[in-house]
Amino acid sequence: MSQSDQRQGKAEPESFEDPGLPYHRPRLADKDPKAAKRAERQVAAMFGISILGTIIALWAYFGLDQSATDTASIMQMNTAIGIGVMLGLFGIGFGAIHWAKTLMRDHDMVEERHELRSSDEARAGAIQNLKDGVEDSGIGATPEGVGRRGLLKGSLITAVLLAPLALLVPQIGNMGGNWDVNALRHTMWKKGTRLARDPEGTLIKASDVTIGSAFHVIPEGLNELEHGKLEEKAKAIVLMVRLDPRDLNLQPGREDWSFDGIIAFSKVCTHVGCPVALYEQQTHHLLCPCHQSTFDVANGAKVIFGPARRPLPQLPIAVDDEGYIIAQSDFDEPVGPSYWDRLKTPGSSPSAEAVGN
Amino acid sequence: MKKLATKRYHKAAPLMLVLLLLAAITGVAAITTSAPATAATQVTGNDVVEGQKLFAANCATCHGMKAQGQEDIAPSLVGVGAASVDFQVGSGRMPMQMSGTQARAKMPQFAQPQIDLLAAYVASLGAGPMVPTAEQVDGSLGNAANGMELFRTNCAMCHGSVGGGGALTQGKYAPSLGKTTPTHIYEAMLTGPQSMPVFNQDNISSKGKRDIISYLEEQRKPSPGGLKLGAIGPVAEGFWAWVVGIGLIIASTVWVGARSS
Repeated sequence: MSQSDQRQGKAEPESFEDPGLPYHRPRLADKDPKAAKRAERQVAAMFGISILGTIIALWAYFGLDQSATDTASIMQMNTAIGIGVMLGLFGIGFGAIHWAKTLMRDHDMVEERHELRSSDEARAGAIQNLKDGVEDSGIGATPEGVGRRGLLKGSLITAVLLAPLALLVPQIGNMGGNWDVNALRHTMWKKGTRLARDPEGTLIKASDVTIGSAFHVIPEGLNELEHGKLEEKAKAIVLMVRLDPRDLNLQPGREDWSFDGIIAFSKVCTHVGCPVALYEQQTHHLLCPCHQSTFDVANGAKVIFGPARRPLPQLPIAVDDEGYIIAQSDFDEPVGPSYWDRLKTPGSSPSAEAVGN
Repeated sequence: MKKLATKRYHKAAPLMLVLLLLAAITGVAAITTSAPATAATQVTGNDVVEGQKLFAANCATCHGMKAQGQEDIAPSLVGVGAASVDFQVGSGRMPMQMSGTQARAKMPQFAQPQIDLLAAYVASLGAGPMVPTAEQVDGSLGNAANGMELFRTNCAMCHGSVGGGGALTQGKYAPSLGKTTPTHIYEAMLTGPQSMPVFNQDNISSKGKRDIISYLEEQRKPSPGGLKLGAIGPVAEGFWAWVVGIGLIIASTVWVGARSS
């Protein structure tokens, strides 16, 4: 009533009145001893469930055959131990909270907030401590305006500035053994390298690649590398497919880069470098699983959807005297995503860029 | 189906005779020109005739009376081989329920003997891959470790690392391989149905294909970690974490904060 009177009155109240605590409603367990007894039994039952869970977990650990190696037995044991531990912990937690909510003393408590600002004496004392410290160290200006202990000040600042180098230099030094980006410009492919199956490394004849086939390709000799095999593979992986030659639109300047419908592209996405390998045989679309960039294999692997901005680099291929598929050269542009200096590559052909638009 | 086929036979008898002659000629030509490719299936001339009847009654509407296909409707079946028929009809993909982005697997519409007749007829039209033998698809004879390596390189990008399936572009998808029969897995690699590329014997050898089947059969055993959630990766797992896991946490928090009655 008084509130609505004030709202209609002409003056706003100076401050809000403390409304006090809300009406305290007694719980069922407070009024009815039967309800209290019931709550007690419920809490005890939850603790009982916890005890049971612990027993289940221990039984599963000791009772079930641990030497079993088949996945079904391992799954049973893991499931039993997991359920046991879950019941063991949940039983305690739920029981304790149910106990507190139903049976423990139910009274309203008020906890006042204290002021954040420190007292004036405490603030003055803190400032005095800082001043005394500066005075004692002698790094501050003297009353005459002349700095003292310049040597100490200078050497301290130098030491503080240099200390992080002990951590940073090894960290940055280990980030990449080789800061030469030229390593990204070339792959293992060179003139005459034969195309081999991933992962076996067996060679591929042109007659093996029937229409609709998709071959995952590595350069011959990759598996025999003793060092840096994965690094070389990451750059050199290729997807080779054969289309009906009538479906394949040869790109200007690349008329002799494919062989009777057999065409090979780098498998490293030009967006952020995921392996692009979801090849749809009927639409000739090549999909990158990471960000759905889609490349049209029938049209020079140009981008038809997604965040990639450049077509996949094409590996020029030919067939040698023995019928094996060989590379005519390395890729004519760096594979994979962009990096600094990429466009300064001397080998980057203007035709490759023109396909992308 | 049989009844229907018999009726149609009477109506189209003259055409059938012509087709029969053509089929016989092409069949003989196929067998003589590429004997190793088709010799293993025991096909009698009678099977081809019976298969042709079934084909005319059930498949010819789209694929044409000579299985030559129709532009933009259905592909030619000349040279697709018995393996293709056994996969497409045996997995229920053909006859197609409706036209769409992808033919879905459903209950097979024919019994295996009828499928074999259809396969015999289509195989007689031109040389193509044949149905694998029981030994070729027996996963227990394969090397699952080698199969995993082949699967990871050639299959996992579409079908998922354990064959749970996955999405392609514009509504197409790679189906789960969890319940596919070993013969159908083998035939799919051999023939490259729909969006799937062909993995012929020169790409993945017959032994390699059996290793892949062996690997996929290993994945059907219960997972030691508990529920697989469809084995389709982070989407299903994230759904559980966000909906079930966080839902339980919110429910517990509400219960902890609520006053006892």
